[in-house]
Amino acid sequence: MFNLNKNKLTTLLKVQYSNMLEYRVEIALWAISGIIPFFMLNIWTSNNLNESINLSNVMLSRYFLSAFFVRQFSVVWVVFTFEEDALLGKISPYLIQPLNPFFRYFAQHIAEQITRFPFAILIALIFFLLNPESIWIPSLGLFLLSCLSTFLSFLIQFLIQSIIACLCFWTEKASSIERLLFIPTLFLSGLLAPVISFPEYVKSWIYITPFPYLIDFPANLLSGNNTNLIAGFAMQIIWISVLFPIFKKTWSLGTKKYTAMGS
Amino acid sequence: MDENIIQVTNLSKSFDISSKKPGLKGTLKHFFKRETKNIEVLKNINLKIKRGEIVGFLGANGAGKTTILKILCGLIYPSKGNLAVAGYLPYKRKSNFLKNITLIMGQKQQLIWDLPPMESFYLNAAIYDINKSEAKKRIKKLSNMLEIEKELYIPVRKLSLGQRMKAELLAALIHKPNILFLDEPTLGLDINAQRNLRKFLQIYNKETNATICLTSHYMKDITSLCKRVICIHEGCITYDGKLDKLLKKISPVKDILIICKTDKDAQELSKSGFIIKNKNQKEITITIKKDSIKFTLNEIINKFDIEDLYINEPPVDEIIGNILVKEKV
Repeated sequence: MFNLNKNKLTTLLKVQYSNMLEYRVEIALWAISGIIPFFMLNIWTSNNLNESINLSNVMLSRYFLSAFFVRQFSVVWVVFTFEEDALLGKISPYLIQPLNPFFRYFAQHIAEQITRFPFAILIALIFFLLNPESIWIPSLGLFLLSCLSTFLSFLIQFLIQSIIACLCFWTEKASSIERLLFIPTLFLSGLLAPVISFPEYVKSWIYITPFPYLIDFPANLLSGNNTNLIAGFAMQIIWISVLFPIFKKTWSLGTKKYTAMGS
Repeated sequence: MDENIIQVTNLSKSFDISSKKPGLKGTLKHFFKRETKNIEVLKNINLKIKRGEIVGFLGANGAGKTTILKILCGLIYPSKGNLAVAGYLPYKRKSNFLKNITLIMGQKQQLIWDLPPMESFYLNAAIYDINKSEAKKRIKKLSNMLEIEKELYIPVRKLSLGQRMKAELLAALIHKPNILFLDEPTLGLDINAQRNLRKFLQIYNKETNATICLTSHYMKDITSLCKRVICIHEGCITYDGKLDKLLKKISPVKDILIICKTDKDAQELSKSGFIIKNKNQKEITITIKKDSIKFTLNEIINKFDIEDLYINEPPVDEIIGNILVKEKV
């Protein structure tokens, strides 16, 4: 199923990066459209909501800037691309190549993240110009750990969407199932509010879902807020270990149902 | 040459297809209760194809030709039956099997739309574990054969349909497959591009001894490439054998164009009991049975004053078109 080696991966990344550069203006607009955390920061600070969770204005602004960064490098859209490709029969040529087509989508996402990088930096610089008190330089260790947790967050989201994408072998419109996940992802991931601000009884079950490990955990790591490092990484790895075999099985069953429509 | 590279026994394939009646009533009914029908698109297909053979699959739209190719290349699962392609079960999609085959669909493309074809070629080379220097050699050779050296660095979206098809072919052949599945490869191409593509396929087959399974609605593709044809009608094989034998079998007639010296001779000839296919002043085309050709020609030459005479086969398109809708050939 997975015949990936270094040469295949680097060539895939190079080609997809060249392809993504063709869409650089579009990607810049996507990067700008990801500034929800800054709106949320404004709502939080202008209403002094941060006092209730004992987080200073500075720490909160760092949290939301980190959330912006994590979101930029973990955003996933594979379900929409795969659905279109499967319904129109575009994946047919890829299915008979000795490489799982999902690696193409994976490389597309990584290439897109690399293309987004300069735009994200530019937005961060503007943010620092407007909020100079928020400027901070995380330690190298924390920075690397937060990069790792952001990548794991991306993997979790990629696997969730890939499983849903495989459902289009049965339902044809799998993206509507993905939309069901949009609300919990938006509210429970930490994009609108740090999970720490949730009531205790809610938090106790939120932490067993994958959502807080998508934005909240990596953003807390990067911004230097208190967070349980071991529990965070352990939950990310557990979720990947649970989702990966589900994806493999769904893919295997789904391709048996594939009818190569439109081709 | 004698080795069977493709073996299919009792192959069947059925699909569940939902239907919906038009209008609001039909829409509401479809929303609450989907009506699905199980349609058997292939029924007990048996065939063997030898290494190096070029086989044409003939049939009307929806006959099941493309479904057979899709099953043979491992794209879709069969519902019943046994099959082996290059010694593998296609639907298992083992790496070594996939490196042996390629599928080219006239209406589908694998090249990356916004990048020059060269990028897709290098990507495919990496996917098939071909090193860069070898890939360069193969691209050079194939692009030379296909005459697309100048188009290699132009974005795919800027190429003409013919140039794109050639680039698709190069991308699909970079790993030197032993078996080519071609589903209407000349679809939409102009006459010159069709001819070039056919010429290329002939050379490729000769040089590599590759097996080619081809579907096409352009009879010229079939007649110039395939010695053997398989006719399919509603999911069943109705004929499997040599193309010339099929043409003889289903078309036991010949057309004779007779140019008479005078209008009077033409009039008399047209009234003498022959089957008249065409009449234009002094020119008359009659259709006769192949086994009576000697007798008929003698009769015409002795009885009528003629200027010239031509013996023709009826157009292949006409003959094949007639058999596509027949249950038995």
